[in-house]
Amino acid sequence: MKPFTYTRAKTPAEAAAAVAGTPGAKFIAGGTNLLDLMKLQVETPTHLVDIQDTGLDRIEKSADGGLRIGALVTNTTAAADPRVRRDYGVLTRAIVAGASGQLRNKATTGGNLLQRTRCPYFYDPNQPCNKRKPGSGCAAIGGYSRGLAVIGSSDACIATYPGDMAVALRVLDAGVETVRGDGTKRTIPIADFHRLPGDKPHIDNVLAPGELITAVTLPKPIAGRHFYQKVRDRASYAFALVSVAAVIRPDGTGRVAFGGVAHKPWRVEGADAALPQGAKAAAQLAFAGARPTEENAFKLPLAERTLASVLAQAKG
Amino acid sequence: MKFDTPAGTNPIDNKTVVGRPTSRIDGPLKVSGTAPYAYERHDVVPHQAYGVILGAAIAKGRINRIDSAEALRAPGVLAIVTHENAGKLGKGKMNTAKLLAGPEVDHYHQAVAVVVAETFEQARDAATMIRVDYARTKGRFDLMEQKDAPLVGGSSGEGSGAPPIDRTGKFEEAFAAAPVKVDVTYTTPDESHMMMEPHATIAAWEGDSLRLWTSNQMIAWGKGDVARTLGIPADKVRLDSPYVGGGFGGKLFVRADAIMAALGAKAAGRPVKLALARPMIPNNTTHRPATMQRVRLGAGQDGKLTAIAHESLSGDLPGGGPETAVSQTKLLYAGANRLTSMRLAVLDLPEGNAMRAPGEAPGLMALEVAMDELAEKLGMDPVELRIVNDTQVDPEKSGRAFSQRHLIECLRTGADRFGWNRRNSKPGQVRDGRWLVGMGVAAGFRNNLLMKSAARVRLERDGRATVETDMTDIGTGTYTILAQTAAEMLGLPLDAITVRLGDSDFPVSAGSGGQWGGNNSAAGVYAACVKLRGLVAARLGLGDNPEFAGGKVTGGGRSVQLLDAVKAGPITAEDGIEYGDLDKTYQQSTFAAHFVEAGVDAWTGEVRLRRMLAVCDAGRILNPKAARSQVIGAMTMGAGAALMEHLAVDKRFGFFVNHDLAEYEVPVHADIPHQEVVFLDYPDDKSSPLKAKGVGELGLCGVGAAIANAVYNAAGIRVRDYPMTLDLHLDRLPTYRA
Repeated sequence: MKPFTYTRAKTPAEAAAAVAGTPGAKFIAGGTNLLDLMKLQVETPTHLVDIQDTGLDRIEKSADGGLRIGALVTNTTAAADPRVRRDYGVLTRAIVAGASGQLRNKATTGGNLLQRTRCPYFYDPNQPCNKRKPGSGCAAIGGYSRGLAVIGSSDACIATYPGDMAVALRVLDAGVETVRGDGTKRTIPIADFHRLPGDKPHIDNVLAPGELITAVTLPKPIAGRHFYQKVRDRASYAFALVSVAAVIRPDGTGRVAFGGVAHKPWRVEGADAALPQGAKAAAQLAFAGARPTEENAFKLPLAERTLASVLAQAKG
Repeated sequence: MKFDTPAGTNPIDNKTVVGRPTSRIDGPLKVSGTAPYAYERHDVVPHQAYGVILGAAIAKGRINRIDSAEALRAPGVLAIVTHENAGKLGKGKMNTAKLLAGPEVDHYHQAVAVVVAETFEQARDAATMIRVDYARTKGRFDLMEQKDAPLVGGSSGEGSGAPPIDRTGKFEEAFAAAPVKVDVTYTTPDESHMMMEPHATIAAWEGDSLRLWTSNQMIAWGKGDVARTLGIPADKVRLDSPYVGGGFGGKLFVRADAIMAALGAKAAGRPVKLALARPMIPNNTTHRPATMQRVRLGAGQDGKLTAIAHESLSGDLPGGGPETAVSQTKLLYAGANRLTSMRLAVLDLPEGNAMRAPGEAPGLMALEVAMDELAEKLGMDPVELRIVNDTQVDPEKSGRAFSQRHLIECLRTGADRFGWNRRNSKPGQVRDGRWLVGMGVAAGFRNNLLMKSAARVRLERDGRATVETDMTDIGTGTYTILAQTAAEMLGLPLDAITVRLGDSDFPVSAGSGGQWGGNNSAAGVYAACVKLRGLVAARLGLGDNPEFAGGKVTGGGRSVQLLDAVKAGPITAEDGIEYGDLDKTYQQSTFAAHFVEAGVDAWTGEVRLRRMLAVCDAGRILNPKAARSQVIGAMTMGAGAALMEHLAVDKRFGFFVNHDLAEYEVPVHADIPHQEVVFLDYPDDKSSPLKAKGVGELGLCGVGAAIANAVYNAAGIRVRDYPMTLDLHLDRLPTYRA
């Protein structure tokens, strides 16, 4: 961990201005990922702006009939909220499938979106990693890649986005509300929030420097049965090999997003449309152009089978 | 005390304290966070500085140059020690690779430097400022490229051993002639101990004497190897390790935390506190080596084995030893024609060494699946197959009997309790919703080792007794069983006994390893108590062999308060147990039958356990509660080995990639179902005056195979490569109906 300075902001705009105006600054909320990465010197911020006093800790109804979840709402609170449980079951299920109770008590909605990849080479500063050190190369390509991306990857990076919550948000078409250092606000569709690695894998998402997430917005409730099925090597406290977030209507139509397969939650419109034809058809469209490694090629049949399992439950 | 004839009746047989389920006397300290572990001993010496180790960034090569200038200028830095300024260092007898690299680097994360600073954060930051210029050389990292490695004998140092090649009868002819046979090859991966408490030490010098407050299983070995490594006399070294937060063999030996803390303390002129960071542990310390094992079994139609061969390949650094995966195959089943062999490849990966039940843990994961495969070929129940091949004598030396062996009773009791008769012998037939459900069985086997062990027992003026020995409690319950032993011997209640452990100034014990700790250290306390009883009897004038019970001593027609004996001052006795050749005359082993019910998700291939049962035959059980804890913990470790644990080798760069607890997965609570443990509890008079045997590793031995066999019964998927993660069998699941 490099020495750093630390301040606490009173408002979101003040926090954004503080980070935008300080080279090497970062926000800190729950710190469940950032602090680990700082200890390993994967992240080396020179200044931290703590946002815990900025009041972004409420869940409110939004004007369009949806919900607005403040960026500081903890994962535990969001998952347990009766409105979330009733109307957005996929989100509750995704959140409780992730991490552990202790971590979810501390982790926040905004921070969860920003968690960084768990690629083991990213975590080992002795190893080349374009995401950690641009231009140094990718040790994962040709290395231990069992948990890494099968689609949307590049010759520079095959990392996966590790989270569960964002996969549910993707299937719900959530929005990410932000404020920038100059006070301007915008809402970024979750589909556009995370980037593919391309030749700049060190940039995970489209946030501008100093841009602070203030809330996640959920649209009006989406009819259908909500599913989040996460497949992993142990029964709890493990990252997904593959996960499936889905909302399926009684007529077999619906929407689906996949986790654990790409640098971002993976959703393909054509695959949604093919859901009534079954898992094979939908998975074929969702994973067209996949480029798995030898070690992680199993994720393609696994994704199809997991989706098939979800569709069978939807019928049953 | 020499133990060279079977034990007769003795005070332990009274079982007023011994043999009773007893909560651990150190339990309240543990659960309230007040048992001081090595890194927390803030009070033992003032002005502790912090040490942080920089590990090698390459697997093999040379250090050309180390530039510490920037790090030395960093805030709070007191000293930096590398091979350039450490002085001449030796190597511990128990270490394969030296603990400080330079100029050669032997493995990834081998210590290159220690930074000592005023605070931990300063030391950690400064360690990253050290610039090391390496010259990489080509290393050997792929075990499978060395299938023809030379034959090498070896001992795990933990009780399992075998010569390079060992033959009884004529295996090849018998195997060729056998009407039913299996010839199968299995692989097991490298595994990390991943004990909760990392390796940690506080080191302080007083003149030329060194004190180490550390976390170590084997105090006398540690004292010797610290002296050897630093080139100082052993009597100048004192280790103290009263609490150990798990070891599993990873703390049998002195590791870099102790040596680098000592070097750092010398350089800084201050006591130094140092713990290995979790991400460094898998590559800096030892691990259980990967194996490839070929098992050939030939049997008659009656299931009786006529030919048994078990050949194992493993790898280690130059000068290292093999994983002794074949050793149980020499003893577990009858059969006239036998072959075992071990090959050892030279690998430039981190040091392979003992991890809980070395040898048997991976060995039974092969042998006991092969037995299941044979049972299927024979059309025979796998429990019955094991029963018909039972032997009461060493199969290689028929004149040599087992001291005791109740494997058949383990199997029958287990089958009965588990509802084995409800198992459908045809795989893939039982469905519970999305789950394919099956049952599996495997035998467990682990030797019982006799090691000399000494203790000192003092009857205090207040009538309490103090036991002192350098024995360790690695979470096993040592404190409690030694207190039980002393209480039984002296006729005192358990809470009148104080047990002090882990100090190298105390009498030398067997230490904790190879499941030998409990029986031997308790026998050492027994010996000291026998001597103490003699001194008490003499002082009270009560004749030769009075009875000690209820705080009284009774003999020669008189009954006297024990307290009367110490009116004139405390009485101290020191003695130890030493063994004759009862472990040569008799084969001393422990046995188990493991039963597992597993579910395989028909859609995703995920394997989840539903029930586990172990029936254990391990002599007298000194404390059924502590023993049960040991066995269920071991069963959990076996579940990890079967289902998820593996160190992933990067064969290009030569290191274990998944080197933290996020990526090296061990079972969590949700992975472990109801576990039942049954002890047969037959005292074994050949093992020690306690008539107990080892049990701490038995629970691990065979459980992985029982899981694999349950998965086969559930889904028809035969597991031959561990861990059995779903990617290995996804293509063998039933096709789904879309």
